[in-house]
Amino acid sequence: MTAIIQKKHEMPTQAPEVRAHNFNEVALGYTEEIAVQEAERCLNCKNRPCVSGCPVNINIPEFIAHIKERDYEGAYQEITKSSSLPAVCGRVCPQESQCESKCTLGIKFEPVGIGRLERFVADRHNAENTGTVQKPASNGHKVAIVGSGPSGLTCAGDLVKKGYQVTVYEALHAAGGVLVYGIPEFRLPKAIVAREVETLKELGVDVETNVVIGKTLTIDELFEMGFEAVFIGSGAGLPNFMNIPGESLKGVYSANEFLTRSNLMKAYRDNPDTPIMKGGRVAVVGGGNVAMDAARTALRLGAEHVSIVYRRSMEELPARREEVEHAEEEGIDFQLLRNPVEILGYENPEDPRDPKNGFVRGMRIIKMELGEPDERGRRRPVEIPGSEYEIEADCVIMAIGTSPNPLIKNTTAGLEVNRRGGIIVNEEGLTSRTGVYAGGDAVTGAATVISAMGAGKTAAKAIDEYLAK
Amino acid sequence: MYRIIRKKPLNPTVTQMEIEAPLVARKAKPGQFIILRVDEEGERIPLTVAGTNAEEGSVKIIFQIVGATTEKLNHKNEGEYIQDFVGPLGTATHTEGIRKVCIVGGGVGCAIAMPVAQEFHRLGAEVTSIIGFRSKDLLILEDEFRACSDRLEVMTDDGSYGRHGNVTVPLKEMLDAGEKFDMIITIGPLIMMKFVVLAAKPYDVPVTVSMNPIMIDGTGMCGGCRLTLHRDGQRVTKFACVDGPDFNGYEVDFDEAMSRNRIYMDFERHAHEEACNLFKNAAGGAE
Repeated sequence: MTAIIQKKHEMPTQAPEVRAHNFNEVALGYTEEIAVQEAERCLNCKNRPCVSGCPVNINIPEFIAHIKERDYEGAYQEITKSSSLPAVCGRVCPQESQCESKCTLGIKFEPVGIGRLERFVADRHNAENTGTVQKPASNGHKVAIVGSGPSGLTCAGDLVKKGYQVTVYEALHAAGGVLVYGIPEFRLPKAIVAREVETLKELGVDVETNVVIGKTLTIDELFEMGFEAVFIGSGAGLPNFMNIPGESLKGVYSANEFLTRSNLMKAYRDNPDTPIMKGGRVAVVGGGNVAMDAARTALRLGAEHVSIVYRRSMEELPARREEVEHAEEEGIDFQLLRNPVEILGYENPEDPRDPKNGFVRGMRIIKMELGEPDERGRRRPVEIPGSEYEIEADCVIMAIGTSPNPLIKNTTAGLEVNRRGGIIVNEEGLTSRTGVYAGGDAVTGAATVISAMGAGKTAAKAIDEYLAK
Repeated sequence: MYRIIRKKPLNPTVTQMEIEAPLVARKAKPGQFIILRVDEEGERIPLTVAGTNAEEGSVKIIFQIVGATTEKLNHKNEGEYIQDFVGPLGTATHTEGIRKVCIVGGGVGCAIAMPVAQEFHRLGAEVTSIIGFRSKDLLILEDEFRACSDRLEVMTDDGSYGRHGNVTVPLKEMLDAGEKFDMIITIGPLIMMKFVVLAAKPYDVPVTVSMNPIMIDGTGMCGGCRLTLHRDGQRVTKFACVDGPDFNGYEVDFDEAMSRNRIYMDFERHAHEEACNLFKNAAGGAE
């Protein structure tokens, strides 16, 4: 028996100095040979801890076994039994805290590169398989899905495969939710999202864009229209701001706005119809994946200098490890244990018509240190008195989370929400209204793509049980 | 895709269109807005609903040709289609308990003020309308306002039509004469609304203003439309798309709103010139 390769096979990527100036995908994907070699590292152990680490419980050793046999389509079929969006998950899941964190091989060595293998399988399938899929036989039941993000698409995929007639309502002009407006092209190419949506349409899912549930139609009207169950996956809502002075200055964006302008509205292209501020010095406040995405987008749009301002240390930084590494390689400046106290604006006292008036010129920052752990066990950042200083900035992007959207809550009688505005659900995703289920950021507040997919999956199972009665 | 059922120029720079959008037509109320995209690569722009015909399933929009997108929209003809049309967004104008109202509209803002005036008229309220324009050739919707107003004042800045002066002139006269409005509703350029609020303040009349900030999604996701209210000594951030577009005029920070509306001024001027050149070249090529 040959010795086990101790390290994960490296993911081929575009060189940092090249990719920092383009919007093409950073990670290039395993070749067939690398994939097979990486698959060989899987011990195919009996207790399969990786499966329990996956929010949608993909049978991981089974799909990897197909790769070892070079049966890539078999691997794909195995994954799609559990996941409707494999090409997406292989790219954006935080595998290091999920499946790969449980890998038996990982106890002594590096875990198997499960995410990279999943991506390889999905891309291989999408490249080779152009034939149409078999539509499942209809069971006559109609289900409406609110929002075409990861939770909605997963719920739709699971239900359509069981024969339900599924309509997905999307408020924006394109399907995909955060996968198209939030996550940038260089991390998740939009063609991949479009392909996954296309696959669902081929299965029979009806996607209606430009319909805002809570405005164009209400949840109650959906029932009047003949839908027997509704899943709400309306996603993140209003962006949070810090409530510090200067947040209304020109050049202060929420990460949602900055990323939506670049991704959904394609402001990163030459001669776009939608404007965005480019260049100069950019400061991004926050430490999640959204902050990394905003910082790296700003860099690619031509910023001279981009910093991440985060109030805790690298250890607590919540972003996916690979994104942090990529950001560091690209030259993003991590200002850790720092917190803004004021955003400073330009004001020319001589000339009230100076075009620069009202634009951002900098930020006042205070240094932080870590104090006692809070109720979730994370050490609380505490301001160091007298440590304030100023930095220069032309653009500030606030990436500090969102609060759930009020549109559906305000127009749906009897739908209970928690103190923060998140929809209250039980363990099956059922809300306080009969036949109305919910999941994803609309329930939890800002979280990950895969946890939203897990919620969509749970709700699909519950809806099936409810309607099969 | 959404069909343009009818198109009519109201003046050289303002156009009215009726768009086939049955779901929106069924729901839209005065004060609400829609977001549209002209074509596949287009930007999303908000426009306030200027009327609906639920039976026909159409929504009326009135827009001023001010930038690249409105230029492109204006080049679309009856029977052609626009890419996206979503709504109704925002909250409807509050009408309850208002028996005597003064509607103050300025420029293309009159297009938005008109359905509000009509709604109050329909509800049996006493409607006074003051509409103002830069000059006679920019006048729109006079007949429509006359039909739904108990009293109408038409103002022009240059005196070329109606009375000479801005909209605050007759408003102050009425308030000085002891008119007691339950509410003044003003819709138009930010600077005009700011001065309407200042004019009304000494008389302690409530003023509602209709804000029109830059926005993208219009559903409370991007936060670009945020504005600051000064309420009880506190600064309160609100989102025009879900909390508005109507706000208490005494609370709105107009100077900040005016500054924020100019973020992309250079970009927009450049884009508009490019769009104009494009259409000019296209027209030249056809000759």
